Amino acid sequence: MTLLSRRGALAAGALAGIAPLARPALGQGRYPNRPVQVIVPWGAGGGTDATARIVAAVLEKEMGQPFNVVNRTGGSGVVGHSAIAQAAPDGYTIGMITVEICMMHWQGLTQLTRNSYTPLALMNEDPPGVQVNANSPHRDIKSLADAIKAAPAGRLKASGTGQGGIWHLALAGWLGAMGLRADHVRWVPSNGAAPAMQDLAAGGVDLVTCSVPEARAIIEAGRARSLAVMAPQRNPQFPDVPTLKESIGVDYSVGAWRGMAGPLNMPAEIAQALTAALQKVWNSQEFKDFMNARGFGMIWGDAQGLAAHMERTDGTLGAAMRAAGLVRG
Amino acid sequence: MNAVLEAFGMVATTEVAIAILASAAYGMVIGALPGLTATMATALLVPVTFYLSPIAAIATIITASAMAIFSGDIPGALMRIPGTPASAAYTDEAYALTRKGQAEIALGASLWFSALGGIFGTVALMIMAPALAEMALSFSTFEYFWLSFLGLMCATLVARSSPIKAIAAALLGLLVTCIGIENPGGVPRFTFGFTDLLGGIEVLPALVGVFAVSEIMRAMTAAPPPPIPHRPLGSILGGQWALTRRYQKQMWRGNVVGVLVGALPGAGADMAAWIAYANSKRFSKEPEKFGTGHPEGLVESGAANNSALAGGWVPATLFGIPGDTITAIAIGVLYMKGLNPGPTLFTEKASSMYALYMVFIIANILMIPLGIMMIRASRHVLRAPRAAAMPMILLLCAVGAFAIGNNPFAIVLVAVFGVIGYVMERNGFPVAAMVLGIVMGTMVEQNFVTSLIKSDGDLLPFFERPVSSVLAAMTVAALLWPAFVWLLRRLRRPVPA
Repeated sequence: MTLLSRRGALAAGALAGIAPLARPALGQGRYPNRPVQVIVPWGAGGGTDATARIVAAVLEKEMGQPFNVVNRTGGSGVVGHSAIAQAAPDGYTIGMITVEICMMHWQGLTQLTRNSYTPLALMNEDPPGVQVNANSPHRDIKSLADAIKAAPAGRLKASGTGQGGIWHLALAGWLGAMGLRADHVRWVPSNGAAPAMQDLAAGGVDLVTCSVPEARAIIEAGRARSLAVMAPQRNPQFPDVPTLKESIGVDYSVGAWRGMAGPLNMPAEIAQALTAALQKVWNSQEFKDFMNARGFGMIWGDAQGLAAHMERTDGTLGAAMRAAGLVRG
Repeated sequence: MNAVLEAFGMVATTEVAIAILASAAYGMVIGALPGLTATMATALLVPVTFYLSPIAAIATIITASAMAIFSGDIPGALMRIPGTPASAAYTDEAYALTRKGQAEIALGASLWFSALGGIFGTVALMIMAPALAEMALSFSTFEYFWLSFLGLMCATLVARSSPIKAIAAALLGLLVTCIGIENPGGVPRFTFGFTDLLGGIEVLPALVGVFAVSEIMRAMTAAPPPPIPHRPLGSILGGQWALTRRYQKQMWRGNVVGVLVGALPGAGADMAAWIAYANSKRFSKEPEKFGTGHPEGLVESGAANNSALAGGWVPATLFGIPGDTITAIAIGVLYMKGLNPGPTLFTEKASSMYALYMVFIIANILMIPLGIMMIRASRHVLRAPRAAAMPMILLLCAVGAFAIGNNPFAIVLVAVFGVIGYVMERNGFPVAAMVLGIVMGTMVEQNFVTSLIKSDGDLLPFFERPVSSVLAAMTVAALLWPAFVWLLRRLRRPVPA
């Protein structure tokens, strides 16, 4: 620690010495002049981790300094999200925040909200699809929706993630939009989308709400069908799957998004530089190829875009969580 | 046949050869460092795969994970720190062999039977993938419940203490898994408002604590043990052929258990190793020798965890369902490289699949020479004076635990579990049984509760589904067997009298 701060003091002294000379030449291009840490609140190897790593790799090329991805796991994402919010707002610690930031505070798990960050850019959003077993009698979403309405509460079972997770709220919100109670279809908590899809194929549940890319392999293996996506538009990767709105006229959309953000009170010029660089990343061929290969949805939002998106999500999910009886405190 | 030749052409390139060699060395080193798992070795490779051709990218993952699972046995045998959770089942056994001055037998058996298990798993993947995948897909939460319950019952078998103490230790492990929000209800339990406890207790820090830190504490309180005779390590593979002949049945049983358990999503290499070790003891002619440095269990469970690794690729390649955390990462790489998992991978891209099999075989063969080098390099640990070795091991434990999630709380966990492990062993409670409880507890609870939700609280479906009923019968039989044996003895006794 002493070594670090001594080195920091030396660097600061050196900078102070050359700063007056350097300023006219370097101007705003001075940031970043040392490696930047990119915190990921989820474990190595997952979808968020992979996305953050490709973003960091392209950012490094854009900005000429290493962007090091650091996984800060624990506390179901709370630990990593706190680490981003509590970092020094100097632009040298940023992170990838996920949709959970608009959910956890409703459950009373943390004080952190969307307002604890300087938003930088919205990079990706995956809307949930509605999947059924390949042997299911329901060929389209209308038939399934009718069956849900006709069935007594709790008869049908759905899965896709843990209790209170994003895909659970997607189901609860969709049921609400159809005028049903949030628990009309009973939620079977699972350890993520992959086990839920496996259980769907094994005949354990009636439907699974999870993103279409997560369900893709089982669908392509002919074991399941995707009936609809809860999004404003169809996914160009899966053009045959209609939206809820066009098929049954229910206007409900929600999604799991990922964005880049830093701690509050970051200097405006640094935040702007990062947003501009992130836009170049988003438009780069490498990023596009990666996202398309994984089937991840591409959506762009600058700082204001991400802020507005978070506000909207926070309201929608808050309402869904209240309906599902998950709001605490 | 054309596809096979094409596959050969895909593998026999300089790029693939370099990728295999480099990732093999990398996996060997990462796996041998306590706390750095095979999963982490694979995850850190992902950015590298961006720049590689598809076959080279997959080759790095296959090779690095196979090497890391084997080399996780090295710190387990030499220092009683299981390098990966998959080694935890037989860490005590291997360490006991080392204390007896037979480190080369312990490590040699790990290496030899790991390689054989890996090759067996690959052959099973080649000829039975569709059948195995069909089996995996028929498993619902009801079947998983029985399977994990059976796994939990191994607690009394893996331990050398009284069954009551083993059960108590396993229950303590179950209590530990109750902590956190990762339960079916999604409600925080026993977190006392600490954010760090929300995610629950991770297996690895607990593992490192109860095995390694407790060992260090014991070393500090006990008088120095008789020093291990300073002599060069004997031939590493020399005794293995005799072991292979002697424990042939055990090896095959371990291979088969490994492939079957590995093919089940969510079960994976660590569960395979536990079940294989317990099987080995149950069916052994000399079960009293287990835990005292007896290679029989090592043979079976060492084979099982590496064949499980190949088994995990079955659901991953056919359905995109990860068999374990390593294949979860591999699936992402498969997508990125345009090798989308699904039955079409086996038909349209058959040559890529054959290339993948070849990489598996090459990696497992390469494991033997590289493993020997690694064992020879690490044997010096045994010669280090205790005063120098113990602080280094403690430091490694702390660094390894921190590296999992860059979370300092993991270091606290290692310390806490070190104390728990020390107190337990002092009083004759087997720590292995507690670790088993921690590993299996979440699975048992998750599958039990979700099954009940699905059946609206009805217990009957646990016995109705065909596979489920077989597993239930096995569980009940395993529970009643000791009582039956006791009754039989009682009935027979009066006859000669």
